[in-house]
Amino acid sequence: MLHLENLLIRQGDFSLTADWSLERGQKLAIIGPSGGGKSTLLSAIAGLIPITAGRIHLGGQDASELPPAKRPVSLLFQDHNLFPHLSVGRNVGLGLRPDLKLSRDQWQQVDAVLVQVGLEGLAARQPGALSGGQRQRVALARALLRKRPVLMLDEPFAALGPALKSEMLELVAQIVSDNELTLVMVTHDPNDARRISDVVSLVTDSVAQAPQETQNLFANPPKALAHYLGQEDF
Amino acid sequence: MVNRAQQITRSALAGYGAAGFLAALSLGTLGVVALKAGGLSGLNGGDLAAIRFTVAQALASAILSVALAIPVARALARRQFRGRGLLVTLLGAPFILPVIVAVLGLLAVYGRASVISEALQSLGFTRLDIYGFSGVVLAHVFFNLPLATRLFLQGWQAIPSEHFRLAAGLGMNSRDISRHLERPMLGRVLPGTFATIFLLCVTSFAVALTLGGGPRATTIELAIYQAFRFDFDLSKAALLALVQFGLTAIAAVLAWRLTRPARLGTGFDQPVKRWDCNGVGAVTLDALTLTLTALFLLLPLAAVALKGLAGLPDLPFSILPAALRSIAVALTSALLTLSLALPLAQTIARTSPHRPRLAGLLEGAGYLSIAASPMVIGTGLFIALFPLVDPARLALPITALVNAALSLPFALRALIPALREVEREYGPLADSLGMRGLARFRLMTWPRIRPAAGFAAGLAAALSMGDLGVIALFADPDAATLPLMLYRLMGSYQMEAANGAALLLVGLSLALFWGFDRGGRVRAAS
Amino acid sequence: MKTPLLAAGLMLALTGMAPAQDKPILNIYTYDSFVSDWGPGPAVEKAFEEICACDLQFTAAGDGAALLARLQLEGARSKADVVLGLDTNLTARAAKTGLFAPHNRAMDENNLPVKWDDPLFLPYDWGYFAFVYDTTKLARVPYNFEMLASAPDDFKIIIQDPRSSTPGLGLLMWIKAAYGDRAPEIWAGLAPHILTVTKGWSEAYGMFLAGEANMVLSYTTSPAYHLIAEQDDTKAAAIFEEGHYLQIEVAGKLAASDQPALADRFLEFMLSEAFQSIIPTTNWMYPVGILKDGLPEGFEPPVPPAKALLFSPEDALAVRNEALDEWLTALSK
Repeated sequence: MLHLENLLIRQGDFSLTADWSLERGQKLAIIGPSGGGKSTLLSAIAGLIPITAGRIHLGGQDASELPPAKRPVSLLFQDHNLFPHLSVGRNVGLGLRPDLKLSRDQWQQVDAVLVQVGLEGLAARQPGALSGGQRQRVALARALLRKRPVLMLDEPFAALGPALKSEMLELVAQIVSDNELTLVMVTHDPNDARRISDVVSLVTDSVAQAPQETQNLFANPPKALAHYLGQEDF
Repeated sequence: MVNRAQQITRSALAGYGAAGFLAALSLGTLGVVALKAGGLSGLNGGDLAAIRFTVAQALASAILSVALAIPVARALARRQFRGRGLLVTLLGAPFILPVIVAVLGLLAVYGRASVISEALQSLGFTRLDIYGFSGVVLAHVFFNLPLATRLFLQGWQAIPSEHFRLAAGLGMNSRDISRHLERPMLGRVLPGTFATIFLLCVTSFAVALTLGGGPRATTIELAIYQAFRFDFDLSKAALLALVQFGLTAIAAVLAWRLTRPARLGTGFDQPVKRWDCNGVGAVTLDALTLTLTALFLLLPLAAVALKGLAGLPDLPFSILPAALRSIAVALTSALLTLSLALPLAQTIARTSPHRPRLAGLLEGAGYLSIAASPMVIGTGLFIALFPLVDPARLALPITALVNAALSLPFALRALIPALREVEREYGPLADSLGMRGLARFRLMTWPRIRPAAGFAAGLAAALSMGDLGVIALFADPDAATLPLMLYRLMGSYQMEAANGAALLLVGLSLALFWGFDRGGRVRAAS
Repeated sequence: MKTPLLAAGLMLALTGMAPAQDKPILNIYTYDSFVSDWGPGPAVEKAFEEICACDLQFTAAGDGAALLARLQLEGARSKADVVLGLDTNLTARAAKTGLFAPHNRAMDENNLPVKWDDPLFLPYDWGYFAFVYDTTKLARVPYNFEMLASAPDDFKIIIQDPRSSTPGLGLLMWIKAAYGDRAPEIWAGLAPHILTVTKGWSEAYGMFLAGEANMVLSYTTSPAYHLIAEQDDTKAAAIFEEGHYLQIEVAGKLAASDQPALADRFLEFMLSEAFQSIIPTTNWMYPVGILKDGLPEGFEPPVPPAKALLFSPEDALAVRNEALDEWLTALSK
């Protein structure tokens, strides 16, 4: 589904390489120290920043030159996922048509997907009137409408409290399995990775390492991961 | 990436077009005048004296405006009081006053026949005598102190409130905060502010002459006027205009090299909560600063209003169509400003990350108009257009157009940072959703930059409302605007009616500014 | 982005529509205050259109000097048929452009204080430059320039800049005509009393009415305005022993006019009672013609013709730059 072929991203002094692939339906967690390039990797896959060398294949086709919106991925950011001046419904509607010229039928789809994420009847609200968790649900609803086979999350729940966060992760897990999506999720919390992912890629020392089985990896962490987890002394 | 590349090219084309148009309007008109003259002629001693005086008064005016604006902006930034919003709005008024109205207002308060002078004389002192260098500087400070204050206030409010909270947590006093937070901000905002005011004062003419006390107060712009009117020496006029460009270019390069322009325009609503300045001394200082500034700026406005009220009944009926014409000109000018500034600002915001020099050049084109001589713009346009079309029919469009160009530097300073911000925060989201072209502008950009655009449009509307500068050669006797009516009333001994017209003019200018500024901010909050 | 379209539309709307024409058009260039609602323009246009079967169209350009500059910019392609509003300080320069045609007309009996024989330009009104003061505020009125120069330090006058204003240039000529080589000395004496120098008459007169100065440079006819239009008799013109400099306002026909006959008819009309009677209480100057009902009260010329000072147009042009330099030097100290 996702294949990074000799990928190199260079921005000034910063560089990151990756050379691995992910099967359809797999759930990948990307972990690593902050500043290591987790978000940069996601942005490159989404087409938001240029790559220096290598190729990105998505769903069997070379997506390296595709504009962001043409790539079969949906990306949720840490923040700025919603336009604060547009209502919840219109923010979701953007997932169907980026110029928001929707038919009545399409507006009904918007309402329906809001029900799916537990925001029934809130279409007319402004994002400012929602809680942090609700806002990310809106963003998830839009990602659902876009029906892209790869869902990428860039720590969208980092600012939520523990209870809310686990609720959101559950929702994501359900959405992913219901829609048979491939998930790529950046997190700095190993517990998130344990809960939701079946493979983990550690991003450290300018390399995004090939994904390994979550259970195995945490049970038997290599040196870099142990260092990141603070387990070196064990 | 093909579609997106095309899109960028098209909007960039509009940006380059706007920049080219502005260059043509300022440098092109100068070229036309020089061409008509068949070259440039030399400068004489009088011209050199004019250049010296121009620089000296502009420097003094800029230094004083900036020095006074800092404590005023600081007081406004750290105090919350009833009427603060109104005060900030009213403080903006002098900047958009027509020159002659402002001068008469200033004289009513600081002149030889003013209440202050009467009081001084009855106490045995001599009357105030502001004529001369000090009068010129006084008037320029009156015009530009509000602008400087606004720019600094913007700088203060750009300091995140978390920094003040952090400073309070660390137990910093006012002096520490000044050193760690405020002075670095001033270092960034001050050079641009200083340069802007210097440039505005360089092209001053009527103020300098009326309050300057005599030919010592000859500015370059007056020398240009003389070259046209008295000597009909177009080559001299072109050369002087070139000198004016040179002076302003030096100032601009010096200042804008040093800093990125401060953001102008939005968000005056909330002062930052401060913990360090609640001592009696600081409170008294701020109260005193604000009171004195308000008196200095608002008394002349009050004088204009009072005299104007008395003159309103004397206004002839023809003031009504003139006012409507002026409003039409102002609205057109506001729209033109946005039509020029938006593509230009967007192109600058997009090119600056990877081609900073090109972006700087484009931005420079946007600021050219501030350095141009209105007299030369008007004459150049006249020479170029006269063979093609009856100038009188172009009077109003030309006024709207030239004023749009003159407002552009301020529009750009408001719009470029706003555009950078919206692209930084929401650009990735829009990219990933495939929002392009008009839809991207309509759904993402416009709602986010509306406050800045409203401010820019309001300023353009207000400035063009009071303008008389360029219209002289194009004037259509049957389609007088409000400022032209004002001058005609004065020229026909109708001083009371002229006062009424001045009040009407000020009122309409402020109302337009307020309307646009407000319209931009209503429901724009996130 | 509909803004640019909307702006372009508004621009078009502002250009207005050209009126449909069947009658011949007479284009007259003049100064701005002539065509204002309070100037002679509206009445003149009405009176002439009643007899000419034509459409008289005014084009206004600042003041007399701006008018000439505009004409020089336009050259022979100008659409002007008649230029009205130059004065004798400008006519030599105007004649040099070669744009004007002779009027081929002798002056009738008139009340000009000087004999008129200019082949290109015909006068329509005239006046004397003078300092105007408030009779309720000024007890000792100076009656010559030397007395003005020796007034107390706080005695202030407001004058206009000769480079930007017609009266300003008039004062320059006045002192030059009265004192010749002594002009720099007179200016040096006046310098301390000059409160300020304004761009134009309006600013100066406005500041005087606001009480800023004791006297302002204007015309001997200014008090007549206050008397007749405002029933205010507190303004008066100080009469100087040296005499007063004349301003004679003139009109001329353009050689390139496409309506030469109509232009001639207008010049004829300009000297008739119909035009001349409009002048006193709209332009606030003396009419050139002798009016049937005489002049309104307040309009009696203040000095005998022998005291009228005037350079010939050629002399005015010749002394202009020297006088300006003297003025600049004296006032820049």
